[in-house]
Amino acid sequence: MSPLIEARDIELAFGETPALRGASLAAEAGEVLAVMGASGSGKSTLLHCLAGILVPDAGEVHFDGQRIDRLDENRRSALRRDAFGFVFQFGQLVPELTAEENIALPLLLGGVRRAAALAEARPWFARLGLDGLGGRRSGELSGGQAQRVALARGLVTRPRVLFADEPTGALDSLTGEQVMELMVGAAREQGTTVVLVTHEPRVAAYADREAVVRDGRARTLSTGSAPVAAERVAP
Amino acid sequence: MSVPLTLLGLLEREPSHGYDLKRDYDAFFGRGKPLPYGQVYSTLGRLARDGKVVAGEAEPGDGPERKRYVITEAGVTEFEHWLGEPVAPEPTLQSVLFTKVVLALLLGRDAEAYLDTQRAAHLRRMRELTELRRTGPLVDALLADHGLFHLEADLRWIDLTTARLDALAAEVRA
Ligand SMILES: Nc1ncnc2c1ncn2[C@@H]1O[C@H](COP(=O)(O)OP(=O)(O)O)[C@@H](O)[C@H]1O
Ligand SMILES: [Mg+2]
Repeated sequence: MSPLIEARDIELAFGETPALRGASLAAEAGEVLAVMGASGSGKSTLLHCLAGILVPDAGEVHFDGQRIDRLDENRRSALRRDAFGFVFQFGQLVPELTAEENIALPLLLGGVRRAAALAEARPWFARLGLDGLGGRRSGELSGGQAQRVALARGLVTRPRVLFADEPTGALDSLTGEQVMELMVGAAREQGTTVVLVTHEPRVAAYADREAVVRDGRARTLSTGSAPVAAERVAP
Repeated sequence: MSVPLTLLGLLEREPSHGYDLKRDYDAFFGRGKPLPYGQVYSTLGRLARDGKVVAGEAEPGDGPERKRYVITEAGVTEFEHWLGEPVAPEPTLQSVLFTKVVLALLLGRDAEAYLDTQRAAHLRRMRELTELRRTGPLVDALLADHGLFHLEADLRWIDLTTARLDALAAEVRA
């Protein structure tokens, strides 16, 4: 089976600083893949290349059988909006919007009408233990609550791939585990592939498999058990 | 794991039959390794000999499994002393892991490959424990967390060592 998303031998430098030097990584449909590595090893850069945010200097990025690193910015932007979801270390909620509007935001940006978008956002409150918080703005949420809102926003479009960059990095361990539990649970439920960047082993342990980035190169060190992975591919 | 002290602890709740002790031991501490009846009764026998417990009257039907055991003052004292003592912080050194790394470096073998293999094995175990803590009762989650934190500590050491391999190799071979 060919992977859903894949980086092939990609290179990227920021000016004189090489961040990726021939990194390859692939995630199967429905799997949760952890990308680990020390700070500065190139994890975030690799994730940004996979997600079409950055364009590598060399190498290829493929998604769903299509080469995406050669697409122009408009097409990549449309792909990010339609097929990908994102969660970052600091929720990065829009402070002027309520929690409910933040969750609905990717739908609104995708042209869904307001009432329909908010209706789609609503079930996420019960699902992520956020009941009663829909009207709050990000300043009125705890770190864990804000990150759950960010998670719902990342998943509300039912993306094919969720990119999560240190999603628990700003949380204490108990809150972080709750967020991981919800993220992996929700992603598996809707068949979303997760590329999870983390330097924390306890967070990576929620994944099916891990890859390690070292000096701008990624390697895969272990595989999950086949039957479990196969089961998850089913819709 | 000290079986005698654990049984004393279980007896401190209430006088119990050997059967009850085994059942509770297995439920809380057995983890797939149930305590054999033989060991329950031989342990209770030694505790009785040492004055830590006394066996009650044999109840109708006879045989050792018909006796109710009661903890004594001496038993309570010993148990409380044990409970209050800190456990020796261990492991002081990751000795096998450490030995393998140093030997690999001394012999010019691929220490990094070994560390990567170890890293993958640790993470695999962490995934199993994460699954256990997700799906099991809180007592299992507590135990799984204990294992997870230890494995995570090992992993940090593995990562740090991997990052320092070149410098270590130079020092070891000097
Ligand atoms: N926008 C940027 N401009 C310049 N250098 C960058 C930028 N982003 C990352 N880098 C550099 O690229 C390397 C990899 O960074 P990054 O991918 O953020 O690592 P990680 O996420 O593993 O901590 C580092 O040396 C970092 O300093
Ligand atoms: Mg980063």
